[in-house]
Amino acid sequence: MTALQLLAATGSQNASTGEAVQFWVLAVVAVCGALGTVLMRKAVHSALCLAATMIVLAVFYFAQGAYFLGVVQIVVYTGAVMMLFLFVVMLVGVSSADSLKETLKGQRVAAVVCGLGFGILLIAGIANAKLNYFAGLGSANAGGNPEGIARLIFTRYFWAFELTGALLITAAVGAMVLTHKERIEKRKDQLDLARERVRKGEHVTPLPAPGVYARHNAVDIPALLPDGTPSELSMLPVLRERGQERDVSGETVHRLAELESLTDRHLGREPKATYRPGKRPALPGQGGGEALAAEPDRPEIEGGETS
Amino acid sequence: MNPVNYVYLAALLFTIGAAGVLIRRNAIVVFMCVELMLNACNLAFVTFARMHGGLDGQIVAFFTMVVAAAEVVVGLAIIVSVFRTRHSASVDDANLMKL
Repeated sequence: MTALQLLAATGSQNASTGEAVQFWVLAVVAVCGALGTVLMRKAVHSALCLAATMIVLAVFYFAQGAYFLGVVQIVVYTGAVMMLFLFVVMLVGVSSADSLKETLKGQRVAAVVCGLGFGILLIAGIANAKLNYFAGLGSANAGGNPEGIARLIFTRYFWAFELTGALLITAAVGAMVLTHKERIEKRKDQLDLARERVRKGEHVTPLPAPGVYARHNAVDIPALLPDGTPSELSMLPVLRERGQERDVSGETVHRLAELESLTDRHLGREPKATYRPGKRPALPGQGGGEALAAEPDRPEIEGGETS
Repeated sequence: MNPVNYVYLAALLFTIGAAGVLIRRNAIVVFMCVELMLNACNLAFVTFARMHGGLDGQIVAFFTMVVAAAEVVVGLAIIVSVFRTRHSASVDDANLMKL
């Protein structure tokens, strides 16, 4: 701490070499995090990038003698605010990918051009200002940084501080009012739900459970219909939208065919069906052959191999 | 290194955040970009406090943080309630008042 205090206390034109190294390394991280926030397609990744940028900013606050603000930055921003963001992402954003369709034509290009122009103007303005002398916080932080801030808050900025309290209470009440849902109709019990289901007539029976035979009973594997095609109903729509569906229909049909041919060979039977590459093995009473035809790297299974 | 570089960094972060608000459609990401802009302002305030040798800049940054926290609470509540009624978090889908 004393080294940091000394570092921040030097009121001069230049920061120390250590601070310069820290700045150039962490500034790259901060800018990368900011770019990631804007450019990442998934909201969760954006949130993580933003958290990285905020932590880097906290380090910059420490380096500039704002110890209290650095701690508040970590506790309030990366601790509370980002967790709130992640909670809302979990509530809302799982299946909501950002669409690439532009509602206004050329908006994206115009936004980038506007951003570039704004940035150039801002940075040129700073470059033209005479910002050479830095007084440093040596005297201001002499009695300790949190003490100094407390002294100012409870004297000069007392009214602003009181208003902040009112603002926070208003925000809390507002959030409760906005997210509170008054229940207008009666809560549906099991009987009502069953009646509704029968009346609709779409799926009167329960939905099929996921999983295939005894080997794959994970929720990300859709159940197979009698003809070997995966059943859409057996999986959570969320998993399918995330692209986490594991389709094992081809594999299972293949294993079944293999098993049947082995059985035939073992029993010395004339194979009932011939399994040709590019053709679905004819399961008893089934037709169609798309599932196997889609997989060219499948080894050939010839039923008449032994004969 | 001149500490004015912190101000340049703040300007850069603010610009990236502003461009993100214009570019992105997901309301949550737009909100994160607003947070990024507020954070960039805070960095500039802290740097100005160091420049002037007083703690007033840090006080302003502190109040910015409080206001940002309140803003996040209300904003995310609005996003959640819009999502409940329209089943979408995209800012393009909330267009009931469009002609």
